[in-house]
Amino acid sequence: MILEAKNISVTYKVGHRKNDILKDINFTIEKGEYLCIIGSNGSGKSSLMKALLGLVPCSCGEVSFKLSKNEISYLPQKNTILSDFPATVYEIVLSGSQKKGIILPFYKKENQKKALYALKLVDMLEIKKYNFGELSIGQQQRVLLARALVKEPKLIFLDEPCAALDEATSNRFYNILENLNKKQKTTVIMVSHDSSQVEKYATHVLHLDKKILFYGKINRWLVFNKSVKCIH
Amino acid sequence: MCAALLGVVLVLKKYSLIGHSLADIGFASTSFALAFGISPLIISTPIIILCSFLIMYLSQNKKIQGDVAIGIFSTGSLAIGVLISSLSFGFNVDVYNYMFGSVLAVDYSDLVMSIFLFIIVFSLFFIFYNRLFLVVSDEDFAKSIGINVVFYHFLISFLAALTIVIGMRMMGTLLISSLIIFPVVIARKCSNSFKTLTILSVIVSFVCFLLGMIASFLLNIPIGASVVIINILTLLLVSIFKNI
Repeated sequence: MILEAKNISVTYKVGHRKNDILKDINFTIEKGEYLCIIGSNGSGKSSLMKALLGLVPCSCGEVSFKLSKNEISYLPQKNTILSDFPATVYEIVLSGSQKKGIILPFYKKENQKKALYALKLVDMLEIKKYNFGELSIGQQQRVLLARALVKEPKLIFLDEPCAALDEATSNRFYNILENLNKKQKTTVIMVSHDSSQVEKYATHVLHLDKKILFYGKINRWLVFNKSVKCIH
Repeated sequence: MCAALLGVVLVLKKYSLIGHSLADIGFASTSFALAFGISPLIISTPIIILCSFLIMYLSQNKKIQGDVAIGIFSTGSLAIGVLISSLSFGFNVDVYNYMFGSVLAVDYSDLVMSIFLFIIVFSLFFIFYNRLFLVVSDEDFAKSIGINVVFYHFLISFLAALTIVIGMRMMGTLLISSLIIFPVVIARKCSNSFKTLTILSVIVSFVCFLLGMIASFLLNIPIGASVVIINILTLLLVSIFKNI
């Protein structure tokens, strides 16, 4: 087991009212799993991911990792880098290799090699000197994936990585992920909208609507999904 | 030059006016120091650093937005400064010098202190260059990989405070924030990487400052104003050149 979520609840305060975003979420993740978090808009998918990463405070419950933060990486949903941020693609990818700790944050030769390799992986090596702000959204997303992969994480969080990509690019994107998951046993946790992709790649599914509607292996999900459809 | 380094971070993080507000606080503490006859730098440095932390803390808290916090502090401290100086001796040449800057007002101890502070700012910026890049470019990502983002926010405000202290004497409290903003805006027009942006801002700021100083001696005008004017002219030239 590398991640355990115990009774997580997240509440946002809107004025004086409290809005429950998530309630009593319990699950565990083993090494090498490919978990897709699905659910309709506003069901708390992104909030769950942020709560797991510690970007949003949990009102109760706890998240425990069995690996260090240095082995975790994250690809945000909207790119939070200001779209006109003056930096080159290479600088941004390289910044992903930074680690937590008191060691002086300078880059080593090895980091630079890995950054170039990650860029090659997402097919962006030729444009490494371009300004990040001048790229299309799809290209920016690929650069950010390279940034997330550069430290060779054991666990990677992705928040709707393909929402802004066309079909060919997102297929490529999923293939890269599948390779990582199968060959290097990288654990993947992804928020997704795309049910065909979920069925194709995921090993586990978590269906969310403020609380867990379903959590389990993909083959059970397919059966469960069919029976729900039959009832309707 | 210091101002330009910090400017890169502050402008991109949308905190550029923190400089202005800190300078106003500098004005208040300076008039306080003058009223009691103590050396202004010794009083101002800790007060400005403290206030920069306070502003950062308030804007972190999300109950008050960054620009509102800055507005409250700058007008508040300006009012206090005016109050102190008018109660003690009215506006004399010293206070005037602090508001609009003057090279002649800089004495030997100020110079030593400025050089010392400059070394601190420069080395901290150099050591944490990569971290600052990460925190400025994508805060959520930095947080998710376990980097203490709050620490870097406070580091930024600490550096900004030191920069203001250095520049205040020469540029004047009312014009110091221009040193932070202009070089970055100019350099941004002709660079596409963060590294060139940083280096170019430092060069632009140095050259403009030198030209401004020469102009101020030749034409006998206050140095703060002449540096700002040179900066504006450069910005115009670069914009026109870029558009052709």
